[in-house]
Amino acid sequence: MTGMDEGGDLPTESRVNDFAFKVATVNGTGSASANGLILKVICRMGIPVSGKNVFPSNIQGLPTWYELRVSREGHLARTPCFDLIVAMNPSTYAKDVAEVQPGGWILYDDSWPLSKTLIRPDVTYLGVPLARLCVEKFTGARERVLMKNIAYAGVLVALLGLDMQIVRDLLEETFSRKKELLESNYVAVALGYDYARAHLDCPLAIRLERMAPDGRYVLMDGNTAAALGCVYAGATVGAWYPITPATSLMDNFTILCQRFRTDPDGTRRFSILQAEDELAAAGMVVGAGWMGARAFTPTSGPGLDLMSEFIGLAYYTEVPCVFFDVQRTGPSTGMPTRTQQGDLLSVAYASHGDTKHIALFPADPEECFHLTVAAFDLAECFQTPVFVVSDLDIGLNDWRTPRLRWDDGYRWDRGKVLGEPELAELESFSRYLDVDGDGIAARTLPGVSAKGAYFVRGSGHDKHGDYTEDEEGYQEVIDRLVRKFETARSALPAPVIERREGAVALLVCLGSSDGACREAIDLLAARGLAMDLLRVRAFPFSRDVDVLLAEHDTVFVVDQNRDGQLRTLLVNETSVEKAKLRSVRHYSGTPICALHVLKEVLPALESHADGVAAASRSTRPGELPRLRA
Amino acid sequence: MPKLERNALGLTRMDYEGGMSTLCAGCGHDSITAAVVQAFFELALPPHRAVKLSGIGCSSKTTAYFVSQAHGFNGVHGRMPAVASGANAANRELTYIGISGDGDSLSIGLGQLCHAIRRNVNMLYVLENNGVYGLTKGQFSASTDVGSKSKKGEANEVGPIDPVAMALVLGATFVARSFSGDKEQLVPILKAGIRHRGFAFIDVLSPCVMFNNHEGSTKSYTFIRKSKNEVVGTGFVPIQAEISTQYEPGVVRPVTMHDGTTLYLRKVDASYDPTDRGVAYSYLKERQDRGEIATGLLYIQEDSADLHVREKTVATPLRDLPFESLCPGSAALEELMDEYL
Repeated sequence: MTGMDEGGDLPTESRVNDFAFKVATVNGTGSASANGLILKVICRMGIPVSGKNVFPSNIQGLPTWYELRVSREGHLARTPCFDLIVAMNPSTYAKDVAEVQPGGWILYDDSWPLSKTLIRPDVTYLGVPLARLCVEKFTGARERVLMKNIAYAGVLVALLGLDMQIVRDLLEETFSRKKELLESNYVAVALGYDYARAHLDCPLAIRLERMAPDGRYVLMDGNTAAALGCVYAGATVGAWYPITPATSLMDNFTILCQRFRTDPDGTRRFSILQAEDELAAAGMVVGAGWMGARAFTPTSGPGLDLMSEFIGLAYYTEVPCVFFDVQRTGPSTGMPTRTQQGDLLSVAYASHGDTKHIALFPADPEECFHLTVAAFDLAECFQTPVFVVSDLDIGLNDWRTPRLRWDDGYRWDRGKVLGEPELAELESFSRYLDVDGDGIAARTLPGVSAKGAYFVRGSGHDKHGDYTEDEEGYQEVIDRLVRKFETARSALPAPVIERREGAVALLVCLGSSDGACREAIDLLAARGLAMDLLRVRAFPFSRDVDVLLAEHDTVFVVDQNRDGQLRTLLVNETSVEKAKLRSVRHYSGTPICALHVLKEVLPALESHADGVAAASRSTRPGELPRLRA
Repeated sequence: MPKLERNALGLTRMDYEGGMSTLCAGCGHDSITAAVVQAFFELALPPHRAVKLSGIGCSSKTTAYFVSQAHGFNGVHGRMPAVASGANAANRELTYIGISGDGDSLSIGLGQLCHAIRRNVNMLYVLENNGVYGLTKGQFSASTDVGSKSKKGEANEVGPIDPVAMALVLGATFVARSFSGDKEQLVPILKAGIRHRGFAFIDVLSPCVMFNNHEGSTKSYTFIRKSKNEVVGTGFVPIQAEISTQYEPGVVRPVTMHDGTTLYLRKVDASYDPTDRGVAYSYLKERQDRGEIATGLLYIQEDSADLHVREKTVATPLRDLPFESLCPGSAALEELMDEYL
């Protein structure tokens, strides 16, 4: 099994395209471009790679890390097991040195001696005088700092076997219009590379080898993909208030609209409203949605809280609008630059009174794109707020993503909208009348026809849209909303179900937990323990979720939050027996890893499957495999 | 039967009426509603091309009481400007009128009002200002004057927000003040506000018969009703020839309110320049220092860029754009993907 090291502590055999490393720097020094360069080079070498940015809520001067994992088998979830640490930030040396795997490497700047207290006997230290080299080669403090980052990239080219031609190509693409910067970057890369070749044993046992060139993949973050989804779905009104980690969704929508929706004379086919707060942003999309435009707002947990009242209004008055919740670590301000799945309950039941909402849970950028398009159709079909719920890991990190494709045959589904001809055939128009028996009443758009005019009110209303405090009149509408919700249930993106022969348990997850769960299932399979996977992609849950839960005696529900919110939703919204659902939770702010899932699942599974799988097991029961990557 | 008066569209005043008001008999807000009906009628606006929005409170109920064939939106407390901004962004062609109150606009929704002004959304915004929370039975609002007494006899000690001064400072492009009892003044201002391209802000003092009505104030109310024609109006409505007013320049008129306090409504005088923000502000301040309230169209800037002009939005309402003009298609996506390699 790749990534399992059954031998000693030291990785003696070379590990090609299967390891993880981490770069520790100070934020605001330009290390992001060096790290992005490394990620792209590996991706262009055809090797599955992921990059996770672990950054502070700060602009300059605090510690920041970039974690890279390569896996020829395509396991790209976060791993906490780093074979190499590029320690460029003295203030985190101690923590960084402690984190490297036994037998691993520490690359550091030996322009200054390393404190003896940082010496570990079980790792190899690779010193490169990066600061000294850059001081000798470059002039000006800023250039020296910037180029030091590119220089460590050069060292990594030599140590890990990154393709130098691709490095040069990328630098050329990036700096094609800034020749002098291109030159400095070339020099800096060579500086690191040449020094490493001359003084270090290159390449290391962990190294890269080109795999078959694979043009099917790009590197893209979820917020960019979601913004693209908004453009392709025909959204014209975006309202927002800046908040990490949702901001880049609107940034990207803006850039894309400037490119695709702006005429040469500057005329725009879109409107972006930067609101005074999230309350206003929500109100704007409700107003625009009511008016008949496809409208959306991107936010995160704190913003979602502020939007709550409007969400209830949109639910009750049946106004289509799309909300993006790029989740971050709460509660309160929490850790704004760390990830979590902490808003599941907030989203599902947002606002006071009897409310429940359609929510979609993309697992990666590709799904961010397609589920965004679906969200706009669903919002208009069901005339209700629809939530696209991702998280910081998906939204901000670059993921190896299949090239996004578009079907030119697609046309938006505006749902039941009555125009003048349809209204002419009616004796009278009643806004909330269920004519078709599916719980969905037809709407009209303002300004189209006097006959279709009605009064949207958040106060009690009957099926005609008239104000009411009448028991039956009120309840009739509220009950129809439940029927509408039930109609939606079967129209939502289906859950992903993967069955394995002889499965002894079921693993349930959503969103960005997908990669870690799949990897954990593969690791278990290698130990003779088969598990089925259920990844829900929408709320309300498909009936298939009920069926699958009923089929399994042992069910693990994976949550990236403290209280097991997905588990709570399953208990609340399916007929599953509560005690049957075991909870696997990870909520430290980092993306969940396979090892964590394994640790929680393995003991229970082994006691359950004892005797069944004992013969095929390669390690002793209860003993955790060493995960390298 | 006398023939009903018809406007340019052949519609009568009745075509601009709405549902029966459920406000207290004699509420100032109902007078404003009547003025709105009159303004719409006189401007001959197609009813279904009008959009009326409001928040929560007594004032916000009134959108149901005029132009029943207009599309209406009664949203959440204090947040009407956001809904109006979004609706307006989606469709620039309709006529937007927002009705709000002093609780809605000056407390819970103060921020929303400020930012709608900054955004210069093309709409008429009417603040029906009664200085009291009516629906929750008589609490002081942010426009209650210091020393003004509640029905229970407590005196307000917290200074008020003057929405007109605030709107001027925030850069509003149309700022007016009027009185619910003065239809002569109010109707032309409403018409001018509807015609203004940009955010037209009108603060309308509107007595609350229930909760500013301590001992002896019923008479005060009657007095206002009786004397409303005597209240001076403003003549500074320069944009439409059809808009006319009747007034005598430079008159100050004291009006006794329900709570016994006296308002001094002052028509802006002939030397007043409503296109100079600085003049407007100092005039307002000067009158305020004398215990008077300046009314009329106090400031107007007709060459301002509204939301759409500023944002260079296409002339066709965004909500009417065909899908083909919005979706870049597969070839563009294919090309774009190469940039993420």
